[in-house]
Amino acid sequence: MEASAFIALLAAAIVAGTPILFAALGELMAERSGILNLGVEGMMLVGAVMGFIFTVNTGNHWYGLLAAIIGGGLMATIHAFISVSLRGNQVVSGLALTIFGTGISGFMGKSYQGIPIGGAFKPLVVPVLGDIPVLGPILFRHDALVYISLVLAIVLWYVLYRTQWGLNARAVGENPAAADAVGISVSRVRYICTILGGMLAGMGGAYLSLAYAPTWQENMTAGRGWIAVALVIFALWNPLRGVFGSYLFGGVEALTFRMQTVGIHISSFFLSMLPYLLTIFVLVLVTIRLRQEAGAPGALGVPYDREER
Amino acid sequence: MLRLRLVKREQDFLAARVFVPILSILLAFAFGWIFLSLSGFEPGETYRRMFQGAFGSKYAISETIVKAIPLSLAGLAVSLAFRMKLWNIGAEGQIYMGAFAASGVALSVGDASAWLMLPIMLIAGFVAGGLWGAIPGTLRAFWDVNETITSLMLNYVAIFWVDYLVFGPWKDPGSLGFPLTPRFPAGGYLPTLGMSRVHMGLVIAAVIAVVFYILLNYTRWGYEVKVIGESQEAARYAGMSVAKNILLVMLISGGIAGIAGMIEVAGITHRLQQGISPGYGYTAIIVAWLARLNPFAIIVVAFLFGALLVGGFGVQTFGVSFSIVLMLQGAVLFFLLAGEIFMKYRLAFNKEEV
Amino acid sequence: MKRVPIIEMVRIGKSFPGVMANEDVSFRVYPGEIHALLGENGAGKSTLMSILAGLYRPDSGYIKVRNNPVKFRSPRNALESGIGMIYQHFRLIQNFTVAENIVLGAQTGTIKLDRKQIEEETRELSERFGLEVNPSAKVNQLSLGEQQRVEILKMLYRGCDILIMDEPTTVLTPQEVSDLFKVLRKMAEQGKAVVLITHKLNEVMEIADYVTVLRKGSVVGDDRIANLDEKTLTSMMVAREVKASKVDRKSQSGDAVLEIKDLQIPADQGHIAVHRANMTIHSGEIVAIAGVAGNGQRELVEAIAGLRTPLAGDILLLGEKINHMDIRERVDMGITMVPEDRMGMGLVPNLNVMDNSILRAYHRNVFSSGPFFNYKKIRSYTNKLVKDYNIYLSDVAHPINYLSGGNLQKLLLGREIDQAPRLLVASYLVRGLDVAAAEAVYKILLEERARGTAILLVLEDLDDIFRMADRVAVMYDGQVKDILDVESTDIDKIGALMLGAEEVGVNNA
Repeated sequence: MEASAFIALLAAAIVAGTPILFAALGELMAERSGILNLGVEGMMLVGAVMGFIFTVNTGNHWYGLLAAIIGGGLMATIHAFISVSLRGNQVVSGLALTIFGTGISGFMGKSYQGIPIGGAFKPLVVPVLGDIPVLGPILFRHDALVYISLVLAIVLWYVLYRTQWGLNARAVGENPAAADAVGISVSRVRYICTILGGMLAGMGGAYLSLAYAPTWQENMTAGRGWIAVALVIFALWNPLRGVFGSYLFGGVEALTFRMQTVGIHISSFFLSMLPYLLTIFVLVLVTIRLRQEAGAPGALGVPYDREER
Repeated sequence: MLRLRLVKREQDFLAARVFVPILSILLAFAFGWIFLSLSGFEPGETYRRMFQGAFGSKYAISETIVKAIPLSLAGLAVSLAFRMKLWNIGAEGQIYMGAFAASGVALSVGDASAWLMLPIMLIAGFVAGGLWGAIPGTLRAFWDVNETITSLMLNYVAIFWVDYLVFGPWKDPGSLGFPLTPRFPAGGYLPTLGMSRVHMGLVIAAVIAVVFYILLNYTRWGYEVKVIGESQEAARYAGMSVAKNILLVMLISGGIAGIAGMIEVAGITHRLQQGISPGYGYTAIIVAWLARLNPFAIIVVAFLFGALLVGGFGVQTFGVSFSIVLMLQGAVLFFLLAGEIFMKYRLAFNKEEV
Repeated sequence: MKRVPIIEMVRIGKSFPGVMANEDVSFRVYPGEIHALLGENGAGKSTLMSILAGLYRPDSGYIKVRNNPVKFRSPRNALESGIGMIYQHFRLIQNFTVAENIVLGAQTGTIKLDRKQIEEETRELSERFGLEVNPSAKVNQLSLGEQQRVEILKMLYRGCDILIMDEPTTVLTPQEVSDLFKVLRKMAEQGKAVVLITHKLNEVMEIADYVTVLRKGSVVGDDRIANLDEKTLTSMMVAREVKASKVDRKSQSGDAVLEIKDLQIPADQGHIAVHRANMTIHSGEIVAIAGVAGNGQRELVEAIAGLRTPLAGDILLLGEKINHMDIRERVDMGITMVPEDRMGMGLVPNLNVMDNSILRAYHRNVFSSGPFFNYKKIRSYTNKLVKDYNIYLSDVAHPINYLSGGNLQKLLLGREIDQAPRLLVASYLVRGLDVAAAEAVYKILLEERARGTAILLVLEDLDDIFRMADRVAVMYDGQVKDILDVESTDIDKIGALMLGAEEVGVNNA
């Protein structure tokens, strides 16, 4: 492969990894507080469709992004209500969220299928940095959302590990009874983390419909929400490792696209399987090598009832 | 000031087992009503057409049953795994693999008696679906890998695999470009009941439900499944092999879903084609949960959800997206989860002077 | 001048499903006082204090702090009023550092978490009260005694001046207990109030200034300790006189039933939990294992029962090597076990009494007709267990969640003993049981001993060891330090061994 093609591939890996990164950061946040949300796929779809509808109707993709954030957040609120307030089964609630999100996004987006979009997010060349050879095209000629996702990853890392609030949030995920005993409101932290997580998933969806594709297709996430869930495990619940993992998955996706163009003759169906097989492979590897105690929040998926005896 | 709070019940509220699922279906439709009218549709008319589509004629009812068959089988499949708290959400992929293997048999054996052909297709479907389920099962049993994600990822792989076959090597040269295999020989057709499209799959589903009921309630193995589902530590202490049972349950669960795939190709399409399942594997999760994993209730609920699917197809001509069906399904599950809390807790009003 | 109580709880009532935990309880604490809240297990002490700490809300009654009425909605409100509670199971985040645990949830007014600064603050505080800890150590590396110090520091950091401690001595060695009491004394001298929840009379007499006695959820008496003696307190605590059963050591024990030779057992995280343990237990004798929890007892018990595979060494039952046998083969050979985690391992919470009573025998043909379960047989077997072991319940078809702790333990123990074992291994049999239930459990044990069963008990209460055991093995840091005849040893010797002292024993059987 030529150098220029390789540079293009790396740049494409970042773009393809960005929607997964948004979603993974969101899921990571929820899981850190002890809430397992398997509804990422549904929240992303709602984000994607809301972003698209609002962008088409307002002509401004920033309004679209805002709508996607609200949509993802609202979806997550349902999950938070069932998981936190009603202490329901988080796995089933997450599955319901995915099914519901698939349905509602398909319903709302029906008349928007395949129509062109005016104001998608366009790549920007960062002044000076964008002109650096090699690194410039790989890192500094992307749309604004790529940079926003990176900044969010760093912010999330800082908040979780370097602030009092992050300490509290992690404590709620590890041992809610301990957090409760020192006066941290378990419910409040879990609501906040789950809803912010949904907002991030919504942004991930919006990235697909407003920058990556950019169009609306039913079910356009194609399992990326689930890959994001797996990625959180791969990242050992650390946002910075999440960046690396997302770009790795983005790389595989970008590679499968390019393989056909460079004349490697493997059926496209097999290439399409790759990201899913890679997810399984990575999950197995991480689980076997690092075991549970390597980072899974201690109370992940377990409802908290103060008066449970 | 009155404050609402949840108080744990002294005994589980058993009446809620029937009451809550029914109420959650009603509430989901009420939610759909609001949503439809906000979106500018006639909710009353939409629902009337859905009902008409599902129950309005002999043909409609037979179509509903036709959809209920794979839903029952897939529902039974996932319910077994759920009993052990194994989140097999890979029934969709297992259906595809079952359909693939059964088609492979039918297409390669050629002319043979149905008495020979159909059992072999059934076994092939069971084995292929079972092995597909055994992959996440093995990973979970021996390395503790999260089966939710692995089983779901394999759905995509299975669907691409079937796509590959029907677009590629197995494609019928005379299909005018459509992604289909040739028709099965006559021996690969599942007999129908009377003149309708309702086929023998109904009997198979009923038999499996009965077998499940007996196995789960009256045998040592059923007892092991129950104990492992509640507490793996207690199961280990009782001398049960947890890993072996996880693997076995995922194998059987996948196998039953595989049978669902087999009966779809042998009973309805008579060939392998793209999109052989419109998401039966996912709907099955809701069916199983709504039926509280009871094998007979699964068949009843599958009938209702079959009706929903058929009704959903019916309103498409009316301009309402088929997605409304998924939305309603999700909403049913939400209301169900919310309602389940009342089995363990009751609402109490706390008087508080401020 | 009339002294003002720092805490006043008035006519508190609280019930849980099926249990009246507190009824019309009034309770008062003064500053500078060490106040013992005495009562047997299940008397409602912890519930009352959890109400004071804001964890539970009372159904009736009210609370005043420094003469101001308060209404706690959560532990946060209680902490703001200066009330901190240390629970029996520590509320610490295992993979956080000591300093992180201490500042957790505290209102520091800063957003940034400055590690250096919080570790410095922790160090200062620990020096001020003589509570030595390493601020940067992870909590999961600390002993239970050290973890308790972290809990105390956590409350002091928040400026608590009312400290509630729930059974603080159960996880400590005798030496650590006296250290703890020194710290509590120091805190009281500085004007803080300490509430000590306990069921141990000697502790009350040793440390408390004042005592309130609870029985079955109600206050049965309170007074200055100076006006009381142990005998009065006992009669207040327990309504009817319970005859304490005691081992009759005159009866001779028989042949060796269990022999353990150079046994090495792995822990969950891969390191070694038990190093080269040796032990012999004879028929008709009770051997108790003493030691602070977490020194290898659980792993030893699990290895004997077949739940954990040893790395090296041999286990012999009646002279036959059983290393290679799985759990079920061992059950069929007569090894029964009552695990320490009753609801997590010994019983299945959501299943009914019948299902639970056949948990370790469901594979036997007596419960089946052909390939199918025979529920008639299972029901009549369950009814027999219920009758033989005096288990109180309404219906064998109800889930066991609704049974009391004592009845659960009787069901568990009865189920195991009903297998007519050669060897019974039981951990923390009476943990959480009230005196009557504990006595019932001990009576069953003594009957088994008389029948010739070899019994290995893991116990936490040294008094119980002296009462029940023929011999006592002390475990420390994965080693069986020594096995002593109970007759020829005393609490100090055992206490020293529990702290890791070298062997002082006489009889290494």
